[in-house]
Amino acid sequence: MQNITENISTEQRMIDLFQENMDLIKGNEPESVTGLRQKAIEVVKTNGFPDITSENWRFTDLDPLLRAVYDFDFTNQSRPFDIEKIFSCDVYDLDTFSVTLLNGWFVYQNAPLTTLKDGTIIGSLSKAMEVYPELVNKYLGTIAPMEQPGLTALNTAFFQDGLFIYVPEYVKVDKPIQLINIVNSEKPVMFQPRHLIIQENSSELTLVHCDHSLTHNISFTNSVSEAFLAKNAVLDFYKIQNKGHNSAVINSSFFSQKQHSKLTSSALTLNGGFTKNIVYSLLEEPECNATHNGLYLVDSNQHVDNQLEVDHAAPNCTSEQLYKGILDDEATAVFNGKIMVRREAQKTLAYQNNKNILLTDDARANAQPQLEIYADDVKCSHGATVGQLDQEAMFYLRSRGLNERAARQLLMYAFAAEVVRRISIEPLKERIDHLVEKRLKGELSICDQCMLHCNTKEPTVFNIDVSKL
Amino acid sequence: MLSIKHLKVSINGKTILKDFNLEVKAGEVHAIMGPNGTGKSTLASVIAGRDLFDVDEGSITYMGHDLLEMDPEIRAREGIFLGFQYPVEIPGVSMANFLRTALNEKRKYLGLEPLSGAEFLKLMENRKKLVDIHSKLTNRSVNEGFSGGEKKKNEIFQMAMLEPKLAILDETDSGLDIDAMKVVANGVNKLRSPENSTILITHYQRLLDYIIPDYVHVLYDGRIVKSGGKELAFELEDKGYEWIRKEAGVQEAI
Repeated sequence: MQNITENISTEQRMIDLFQENMDLIKGNEPESVTGLRQKAIEVVKTNGFPDITSENWRFTDLDPLLRAVYDFDFTNQSRPFDIEKIFSCDVYDLDTFSVTLLNGWFVYQNAPLTTLKDGTIIGSLSKAMEVYPELVNKYLGTIAPMEQPGLTALNTAFFQDGLFIYVPEYVKVDKPIQLINIVNSEKPVMFQPRHLIIQENSSELTLVHCDHSLTHNISFTNSVSEAFLAKNAVLDFYKIQNKGHNSAVINSSFFSQKQHSKLTSSALTLNGGFTKNIVYSLLEEPECNATHNGLYLVDSNQHVDNQLEVDHAAPNCTSEQLYKGILDDEATAVFNGKIMVRREAQKTLAYQNNKNILLTDDARANAQPQLEIYADDVKCSHGATVGQLDQEAMFYLRSRGLNERAARQLLMYAFAAEVVRRISIEPLKERIDHLVEKRLKGELSICDQCMLHCNTKEPTVFNIDVSKL
Repeated sequence: MLSIKHLKVSINGKTILKDFNLEVKAGEVHAIMGPNGTGKSTLASVIAGRDLFDVDEGSITYMGHDLLEMDPEIRAREGIFLGFQYPVEIPGVSMANFLRTALNEKRKYLGLEPLSGAEFLKLMENRKKLVDIHSKLTNRSVNEGFSGGEKKKNEIFQMAMLEPKLAILDETDSGLDIDAMKVVANGVNKLRSPENSTILITHYQRLLDYIIPDYVHVLYDGRIVKSGGKELAFELEDKGYEWIRKEAGVQEAI
């Protein structure tokens, strides 16, 4: 009974907060977005928040997170600043167009929206809602299902800023776009960033999304991304999470694909107190391909949950899911992968695989692979394994002179390599390879800079005094 | 070099080796033969340090030290090499990375500087030539997708890289065609020196046409029941193991 009371009060607190800060939240957005928010807060009122009685949340209890009291920043406290002052990139051949979110707000040096020579628009979603209301209206909230158990409705009600990308027809964005999401606060805070990626026909984009916390304080990020791939579009989407033990992240990504488009998404969780990645991948038109890769390396009492649904709604599409995890100490992981093949999705090829290695008796992995097939001419497979490091292989390595620790590391590294090898950008693959190796040697702390900058000679100062920027 | 005395070994309470004795001196090649299931591979595993087995009685002394006190990696660094009967596939670990790590671990243990990348590559080319292995094994993951013959040749190549004092080759000839067996035998012969020793564990006499042993021992029911020179191998080839069974039976009766 007590839990229910607490939950109601959390919901009520959110609803009150929404009503009180409505003017700040909506800013200069188009009315339609405000309308979407009203609808979203109604969904929160009606459906509440998911609890462990909901299938996709059975092993991931939100209750303690939701009961905590957080600060909200409804006004942008950050000033334009140069991210290079905090991070300096020495990966000479990984040339990215880098953008930063600090505590959920877009930070920029010159302008909140940049238009590249090829017509690509990159910048703040908040600004984009002002400048390109029609474009935002056409896509925002159209694929993120608010009614499902989750926190998408909450994000929709509260979001204020985030990344906006628009890639015009036939444009191949030549540099990867890197989003660095930094949390830095002295107080327990909650952020709800929102990202919108729109790709027109035959466009190509690589997006690298790094999630970082620069403090050990409590934070709760509830982010939602929507990405739209028009005909023949190609999106390579990387998510790298390296966050502190006191940080909680619910990260929901929704992808929609039109004919003959190609999506590759990779989620790499290297550290994080509580992480839930939700992916909904819709193959809406024929001949699409969607690949979802994941790697999670967790220890102490970290918890990571990957919930995926690949929805085949059209014929002749292919999809693959490969998620691998190594769990140490008392870490827990959940894999909840679903392949949905709708009646019209004939000739579907869909594969799913989840493999876990438990290094201790106390680590726990829960895998729930699901297939739901309504078409009759399809090839689908799924599998999940939970095991220990291969003792035969351990002995083989030790018999050649490697000590137990080195042998374990080499085997863990090899296990992770199957996912890392799939990264198509060579310098990024090398960086991640290096990072995974460091992580497995226990040398990667959350205080390392963003993964693309982790070789900086001078130590980075993490106390960002926003007022001085 | 190696002295095994009154060794009794069991697994899950089942005794496999009982009162096993063996002396191997520097420069010697010993062949241990015997029917399946008599404890040949167990012996190899125990010398290399596999912890599946319990040593209930006896001792193994290697270069004057108590071998049973050493972890498997220390035994390796001290110069013991086990050529596996079933080499393990390790996807994701390249041969080069694996061997370089192994070699440098050993060098560190011996107080030597690690080999640089260039030095390592040079050594690798040199050793490949020495043992007559021309394939591109080294660019691939450890044993992954190797044929049976490639796996065994790879064991010999690793042996050539690590330059052990005592090599134990566990059924390295099994499943090999005659050409692959020649490569294996050639590798062993080239690495043979007055300082190092080899224990060949084999089921058939065939390998001994190419590697001439100094001693042949017949292992039966967990102990050596007959020892002799290389001619013992020919006798076994002629008479089969049934002959040994009868002799062992007689001995037990006495």
